[in-house]
Parts: sequence; structure tokens; C-alpha cells
Amino acid sequence: MSRRKVAVVGAGMTKFMHRALETPKELAWLAAKSALESADMKLNQIDCIVLGSAPDAFDGVHMKGEYLSDGCGGWKKPYLRCYVGGGTGVYAVAQAWFHVASGLFDTALVVCEEKMSSCLPHPQAAFLTIFDHITEQPLKPNLLWIFALEQTRYMETYGIALEDIARVSVKNKRNALDHPAAQLGADLTIKDVLASEVMAWPVHRLMVSPTSDGAAAVILAGEEIARRISDRPAWIQGVGWCLDTAYWTNRDLAYPEYVEKAAWMAYRMAGIREPRKEINIAEPYDPFAYKELHHLEGLQLAPKGQAPKLLADGVFERNGDLPVTPSGGLLGVGNPIAAAGLMKICELFWQLRGEAGTRQVPGKPERGVAQAWGDLMQVGTVVVMGTKEPA
Amino acid sequence: MKPEPKLVRGTPLDEKALKRGKTFSVTYEPRLRYGWDTGQAISRYLAELKEGRLIARSCRKCERVMIPPRMFCERCFRPTDEWVYVKDTGKIFTFSLCYVSWDVRRLKQPEIPAVIEIDGASPGMGILHVVKKIAPGKVRIGMAVRAVWRPKAKRIGSVTDIAYWQPIKN
Ligand SMILES: [Zn+2]
Repeated sequence: MSRRKVAVVGAGMTKFMHRALETPKELAWLAAKSALESADMKLNQIDCIVLGSAPDAFDGVHMKGEYLSDGCGGWKKPYLRCYVGGGTGVYAVAQAWFHVASGLFDTALVVCEEKMSSCLPHPQAAFLTIFDHITEQPLKPNLLWIFALEQTRYMETYGIALEDIARVSVKNKRNALDHPAAQLGADLTIKDVLASEVMAWPVHRLMVSPTSDGAAAVILAGEEIARRISDRPAWIQGVGWCLDTAYWTNRDLAYPEYVEKAAWMAYRMAGIREPRKEINIAEPYDPFAYKELHHLEGLQLAPKGQAPKLLADGVFERNGDLPVTPSGGLLGVGNPIAAAGLMKICELFWQLRGEAGTRQVPGKPERGVAQAWGDLMQVGTVVVMGTKEPA
Repeated sequence: MKPEPKLVRGTPLDEKALKRGKTFSVTYEPRLRYGWDTGQAISRYLAELKEGRLIARSCRKCERVMIPPRMFCERCFRPTDEWVYVKDTGKIFTFSLCYVSWDVRRLKQPEIPAVIEIDGASPGMGILHVVKKIAPGKVRIGMAVRAVWRPKAKRIGSVTDIAYWQPIKN
């Protein structure tokens, strides 16, 4: 199959904030502007726009895609919103990738935005509506349930201790101290995490990412333009996504097979056979602490049930053998849903170009993977990026 | 040389900024109402719940007995074949002790949401519900539980016709 090679040539984001003065549209504009500036490009060099944004219910603006279009640079351009819940931020890059890889467009601007603070008194109420409206909502569930139920199953299946889960919060919140956009960087101990309020056992408060306002943006370009305008394009080597059944109470829960399938789709495209050896840096989705471990296993970067041990051994530290979430992740930088996933792509872009400042992982990483997750605990979205042009 | 681009922008609002009254916000409370038709499979499911029974659907091809019931098998992508009564007992597949209500109130006594793997359905076929009548510290995965039904006159054809699940004492 002939398709054009595609690279990320620019990236930008707003601060991630508990509550922003800016409107969703202004947040989108600030992120888009930062990405354009970083690539030294103007909007007239952009052929199409991809918007990623999660449920309208958070911003409270119906048809948010249309509302946000001007802030995304969508004026008189092909413009399309995509949405796979929390998986949106990484999926949006895959969608922009096929816009450009197909040859239909030379460049694409990807913008992801979320403003959760508008939902009063707390965006939790909007999460209620993700559960099945007939068979589950009458039980008055909340979002914590679904994560706690999955974490319990994960821990029980592999005999994982809570300390091993808490270690993810410690690492990511500490990494976030070095991120200029971070909302919740902190220097904590495992003890601090375990001493924090039990929200829904086994989930403690410091194992949960915050709700946030923010936006992120990246620019994709086809190979000819990428080579011309960028001295260090970050090539998209593979993309993958996969959805499991919405009957989540019929699923295994201990292992995210849909993430494995999405990962292999991306790895095959990238020519990766041994992910653990061929990937230098990973940004898996970490809305809750255990999810990072769960996803690392789905991404084939740790054997089933073994991610906690590798973390305890220091493998996933920023200076470890496989740095994981050097950005600080959703737990530390913040979680404006779709924007948080795209923030992970921004991080790979900066890390692969050696521009991550104090967050920079040593050893000049050549290849990284970003992953997001969402819908009703059922979607895996994966992008592999590297310094080498795909074959 | 071009100047270093400013990559991080935005204006965080803290409590102080909000109190100073320098910011404006407009509020809106949607008043939308919906009436969801419950469809073929779930209508029967709810009707049986009202009678104090749990019912599933089977697929001949993959040999699964599925609950909640569905009119088509999402794996085989063909119609399911038969209604199958299953038991109102099961095992705790996973659970949590939740100290936060659906509207973010803090709870002294936790709710115990659980996925209950239903006896008589295929392995791994569970439904979401809540467990009661047990000390939170005693709940375990694999524990046998039974449905506690609301009195017949109070049932309305809802998953809440099962008031809760409680451990089966041996
Ligand atoms: Zn079947």
C-alpha cells in the first residue's frame, strides 16, 4: 500500500488548570497558536483541521465541535471533530495522520480541548451519564466505581499490593514538577499517597487525576513539507486503535486486550517486533495510578502483572531503562480529557527532539509510544513516533 | 534567530481571583427530559425482574448465555436464540468500598458496588449491582451472594427491584 510518510512538526499547549479564565474557544486558540509558532507556520499553510474533544456535557456547550471551530483555525477549511472519550487525544492524531498519509492534505492542525470546570458543582455529575441508562444508571453509580472495580480485579488477579500502585502517583506527580504547564506536580512519598483519603477502596485520592481546563495542539505534515520546514521532524511510525464491547461487566477487566490489539496495529506498521527492546520512552494513559501499569502491560512493555515490579525496580523512572510518563502525565500535569491525551503526543515530540528541558530523558530517545484510553473502559488508542523516517 | 516560542499560555483562576469579582460567569441549568424505550431484550429483562427472576439470552454459535440479555450476539453478529432463566445467586467478580456518593457527598458507611457473576450464565457474565449486609472489611472476590428482592408490590420493572445482594451464609 502506498501512503505518504507523516511527521509531527509543531506542538503547543496551554497550562492545565483547575479553572481557567479563558473560554473553551480561547483555550483552543492559545494551543493552536503555540503549535503554529513552534513550527514557524501560519494558518494559511494548514490544509485541514482535526478537533478532539470529549463529552459536550463538561463544557456544557452543545455541538462543541462547531462552537470550537474558530478557535481551532477551522475558518473555511475542511474540519472534523472526532471523539472516543478519554481515548480522543491520541486518536485525533491517528485521524489527522490518515488525512495526510492518504495524500488528501499536505498539512493538518490537531487541536484538543476540554473545560471541565464549567460543570457545577462538580463534573462528576456529567460522568454519571456514561453508564448504561437503563440497566446501570438507576443504581446511582459514580465514575470512581468503574475504576475501583477494575483496579480490584487487576490487583487480585496478579497479587499486586497497593504500595505498588501508589508508586505511580509518586513518580508522575514528581515528574510533573518539571512541566511548565502542570497543575498538580508534587513531591510525595508512597506513605503520603496511602494516607490520602480513600475515595473508593482501593482508590485513594492521590491516585486520581484532577479535573482540568486546558488545550493542546500539534501540526502534522507530509514528508516533502516535513523535510523542508523542520530540521527534526518527529515521524509518525504507526497508529492503532481498537474498541472492546460496551458490556463491560462481561469483560475480564484484569488485562486490557483492546490496548494490546491497538498496540500491535501500531507496532506492525512501525516494523516493531519486540516492543520492550525497540521503544525508548512511553507515555501511557494514567487517569488513575493503576491504569498506567495496566496499560504498560497492554502495550507489551511489561509482562502481565509485572509492571508494578518493573516500576519498583526503577525501570520506569525518567533515568531508568524505559522512562514512562516523563511528562508527569494526567496525575501530575492534569486531565482536561482530550487535551491530556494530546499532551502525551506533545511530550513525545519534545523528548524526541531533545527539547524537553529539565524533563529530558537521557540517551537521546529514538522512538516513543503514546496511548490513551476511554469510552466505557473499552477503547485503546496508540501512536508510535520516532526520529527515523519510516521505511 | 527567531525568539523561543511561548508554548504554555492560559490564566488560572484561584479562589482569590473569583472573590475579587473581576470575573464573570453565566449559569445555565438544562431542563431536559427523556423517556428511553427499553427495547426488546431489556423490556423482557425488566418484566422478569418485576416477577423476581433473572433472565438471559443464549447464542447457539458461541454457546454463551448472556446477561444482561441482548437480541443479537455482538461476537457472532447474529440473532441470539433463546431466553434462559438464570439463578438469582452469583459470585462477587470484583467490588469496591465507595465513600463518595454519585453527587460527590462523603459517606461514613461505604457503598459496596460490585460486578456479580451470575450463576447459570456463562463464566464471566456479570451485572453491576450493590452488596449490603456485610462488614465492608469482610467482602472478598469470589464470595457467594444472593439477590434480596424488594417486596412484590413495590417492584417497578427496574434493576432496583433487586434491593441489593447479600452473602449466602453456609
Ligand atoms: Zn455468539
